[in-house]
Amino acid sequence: MFFDYLVLGAAGEFLNIGDILATLVIFIGLMLLLKKFAWGPLMGVMQQREDLIKSEIETAENSRLESQKMLEEQRTLLKDARTQAQEIVENAKKQGEVSREEIITTARAESGRMKEAAVQEIANERDKAISAVREEVVALSLLAATKVLEKEISEEDNRQLINETIAKAGEVQ
Amino acid sequence: MEHGAPMLKVFGIWFNLSNVMMLLVAALIVFLIAFIATRNLQLKPTGMQNFMEWIMDFVKGIINSNMDWKDGGRFHVLGITLIMFIFVANMLGLPFAIVVNGDLWWKSPTADPTVTMTLAATVLILSHYYGIKLKGLKGYAGGYIKPMPFLFPLKVIEEFANTLTLGLRLYGNIYAGEILLTLLAGLASASIFGFAAAILPMMLWQGFSIFIGAIQAFIFVMLTMVYLSHKVADDH
Repeated sequence: MFFDYLVLGAAGEFLNIGDILATLVIFIGLMLLLKKFAWGPLMGVMQQREDLIKSEIETAENSRLESQKMLEEQRTLLKDARTQAQEIVENAKKQGEVSREEIITTARAESGRMKEAAVQEIANERDKAISAVREEVVALSLLAATKVLEKEISEEDNRQLINETIAKAGEVQ
Repeated sequence: MEHGAPMLKVFGIWFNLSNVMMLLVAALIVFLIAFIATRNLQLKPTGMQNFMEWIMDFVKGIINSNMDWKDGGRFHVLGITLIMFIFVANMLGLPFAIVVNGDLWWKSPTADPTVTMTLAATVLILSHYYGIKLKGLKGYAGGYIKPMPFLFPLKVIEEFANTLTLGLRLYGNIYAGEILLTLLAGLASASIFGFAAAILPMMLWQGFSIFIGAIQAFIFVMLTMVYLSHKVADDH
């Protein structure tokens, strides 16, 4: 043929239809076989891994959010507890103040009352003592008078006696 | 250096048995690697599973750089299979070539234009198919007169040019690599001096060919995704 020199390959004057068919059949067959036995499973595994990683990331994100939430919660709780504790201390202080006031007031009142009682007692005792002295004076006077009456003594003696008695009474008083 | 090919005619269709065999070998190796690597899959990957996942992520990166994952996810399996198949196919011709009765049996299947053009045409046909499927016949046809209607002829040529360059780039790179390897091997087997002279460039060229093979596999998949995204994605 005229264009023989343009034809490629070793065959020369005829086209290798058989080679074309063989190439097609072998290549397509190889592709299908590999798809079934190699690429398919491998892609499946890779997809599986991708899914696994995706879900792991999601889980991690979720747990991160959860822990964030818990931390926030704990923080609030701690804050509450702190305020509460402060309140309790404050209350106790106030309570202490109040009872202190009360105790002082009570003590003051008690001491006042006791003082009063003592004063009363003293006055009572004094009155009692005075009346006792008086009775004593009267008794002494009576004794003196008896003595005067019993002994007829001089006016001077009498006066001296009376004076003596009075002095005695004064001493007693 | 000029080897024949083991041709066989079945029902009036010519088969290059070497191509068929090497395609099968490449497919078998890829399948075994992938199959063994994906036994005992675990959520925490180890060893081979890591390697497979790296390839998957690599192809995923290629797709993502071209289109939305929503559109491109369906091409993931195609991309991984393509990159592994082409890489393994490119590597097959490196260690040795086997010639039996003047027929070249062991070589890279991608060093044959029929094979690479078939792959390229498959990709381009897929791009048209998904273009119509995802954007509707109207959206697909509209793609030919965007951004300017007078670009229509260029757009049509582009489709054929894409197919041709996609297939021939791969074929050319690998075939050229094999030719040079064959030449070096011929030099090395000629004499003791030839062996001494050839061993260093041979090693260099084999290392470079590994690099080329990897790059070409990557480029093929990258361009596949580019062409697919042209037809499928909305932003083009």
